Amino acid sequence: MTSPVLSPYEPVAGGAPLLEVDDLYVEFRTDYGIVHAVNGISYTLAAGETLAILGESGCGKSVSAQTIMGILDTPPGFVTGGEIRYKGRNLLTMPAKEQRDLRGEEISIVFQDALSSLNPVFTVGSQIGEMFRRHRGTSRKDAKKAAIELMDRVRIPSAKERVGDYPHQFSGGMRQRVMIAMAIALDPAILIADEPTTALDVTVQAQIMDLLAELQKETGMGLILITHDLGVVGEIADRVAVMYAGRIVETGATDAVFSAPAMPYTEGLMASIARVDQKGQRLNPIVGAPPDLANLPNGCPFHPRCPRATDLCRRDLPELLEVVPGRRSACHYRDEVLRDH
Amino acid sequence: MTTETTSVHETAGTTGEPLLRVEGLVKHFPLTQGIVFKKTVGQVRAVDGVNFTLAAGETLGLVGESGCGKSTVSKLIMQLEKPTAGKVFYKGKDVTNLSGKELRRLRRNIQIIFQDPYSSLNPRMTVGDIVSEPWEIHADVVPKNQRRQRVRELLERVGLDPDFVNRYPHQFSGGQRQRIGIARALALQPEIIVCDEPVSALDVSVQAQVINLLEELKQEFGLAYIFIAHDLSVVRHISDRVAVMYLGSIVEVGTEDDIYENTAHPYTQALLSAVPVLDPVARAAKTRIMLTGDVPSPANPPSGCRFRTRCWKAQDICAVEPPELVDRGQGHPVACHFAEAVQVVGGDRHVPETTTEITPPIESREDTKKRSGS
Repeated sequence: MTSPVLSPYEPVAGGAPLLEVDDLYVEFRTDYGIVHAVNGISYTLAAGETLAILGESGCGKSVSAQTIMGILDTPPGFVTGGEIRYKGRNLLTMPAKEQRDLRGEEISIVFQDALSSLNPVFTVGSQIGEMFRRHRGTSRKDAKKAAIELMDRVRIPSAKERVGDYPHQFSGGMRQRVMIAMAIALDPAILIADEPTTALDVTVQAQIMDLLAELQKETGMGLILITHDLGVVGEIADRVAVMYAGRIVETGATDAVFSAPAMPYTEGLMASIARVDQKGQRLNPIVGAPPDLANLPNGCPFHPRCPRATDLCRRDLPELLEVVPGRRSACHYRDEVLRDH
Repeated sequence: MTTETTSVHETAGTTGEPLLRVEGLVKHFPLTQGIVFKKTVGQVRAVDGVNFTLAAGETLGLVGESGCGKSTVSKLIMQLEKPTAGKVFYKGKDVTNLSGKELRRLRRNIQIIFQDPYSSLNPRMTVGDIVSEPWEIHADVVPKNQRRQRVRELLERVGLDPDFVNRYPHQFSGGQRQRIGIARALALQPEIIVCDEPVSALDVSVQAQVINLLEELKQEFGLAYIFIAHDLSVVRHISDRVAVMYLGSIVEVGTEDDIYENTAHPYTQALLSAVPVLDPVARAAKTRIMLTGDVPSPANPPSGCRFRTRCWKAQDICAVEPPELVDRGQGHPVACHFAEAVQVVGGDRHVPETTTEITPPIESREDTKKRSGS
């Protein structure tokens, strides 16, 4: 396939996806047993596309992102199967040095907690500039200039004056902008945003989401948005992959999935949330709690909480199969669930 | 339990005095040199003149973004902080200067549920001890020989297995821990429960379980809630009335309908418009207002209207005269000189026509005169 030195915006030859995650398995070997965090997930991301990975805490959504970035804590985390191909090259078997060069340059990440992701003893200018110094060998002076430009680009007001400030001198939203500035510094082809707005207030969240969408339009990067917030997914994502217990249980175009889910878990999530645009009727929460990943139930992992579960669900693990073109669901009764909407 | 609490509510109702009344509540925290980066020693105006009432059996939602003072208000109500000025009346009686026995009696009637179910339970105490601990101080509520039984009843009521009574908090999930916190709050048969972000730390599917539980308990025991949250959807769902806070004061207060369908304060409008909407149809009908900048520091709030620095309607008068929280013809009190009711999010999805009304960025002079004259 194409060589990785290509400019990141150039469409990959043959329209192949930028990133392919193929049957990925990740487990954590802990004192309490083996925790199966990611159990055979596959997805693709094209340039300019926004894919949302939606799930509750502990469903493995962040672990899959860490694996793509090569920042999985090993041990206890181990990739036990599958491939992650970036422009056709398997990231998992790549020599560490090459992986390091890709990181930041081609694929970068924005974390949830900007305060703990930034180094408190360095100015934000030097932390943004570090991207250029480390990857491009830019001089300190030029790196600072580039940092100011980037801070402008992520709309931090009076960037010139603030480049010498420390992270604690910024508000939460501004810190997240600093993180985004670092992540887009080298014009990556893929940006992974791991719960980028969870710690932020709604008005600030709206600003950050807008910024990400604008930057994406400017640069044509692919965006993987990891979140638990259905509203955020609805507003920004082209496609959504719903995760439960380390597996993708439903995927498809966002509006299609949310207007008529084909998996009871997605259905349950949608019935559990209070809507700002609707008067309070009784919420219909999913009963019970997510399963223990060290001790997954037989069959479909969702069956203990599923109102539609049958003996088949308790026995056989449903595969992620097509329901209608472009949509897949991991439910034995996917057609029925879809028909009910 | 039920009979006792209801009878108390009835007495409160007949006097015409609300269960809880907060008047001109102010809390300033002193800024000392060396702790905060500003060289000047000043005051953080966390809460700056807050008034509201809470009727028996009512849920008042208090929404606002971080740093708007909503949690400080909860601490002031609980008498965990002394207000700089202002008073809290419980059944018509000023409780801000209570101490000793009287304060203890008050706290029996007002309980709190905290946001973080992980840090608000003592990890070395069993669930049984946690839930029965309030009775160590208020021994008259439940006689000693019935306590074990009561704990089991309470656990069962909040949806936990009564056999968990000897387990420790770490053996529970976040949602279950929040249920333990709720059981503890119920132990003293309070009339008011202050819920300070009770579901923000929980997963979506678990949030709904806890919200439903809170609603059931309210019905069953005739509780009044002060429900503090930043999630406008959850607040809409649970509240009878809603107060919106910005930088230490209430900018708009009204029924759930007033706030969500006749939104009159620009800040509330912006806040509502920022809430991501799942439904594609409702999303298309939503008015989009993007606020610029950040919330100003409460140590140095803007003159006049505190929202004016980010407000698209701001005029000269806003910098000079702080707008009072009064009804300006929108049917509910709004603290804005240029209040104008707009529907930001679709209330009823079958009438999308009315939702496309977008506020003009600048008002005409005539409008301005008319409003400031009235």
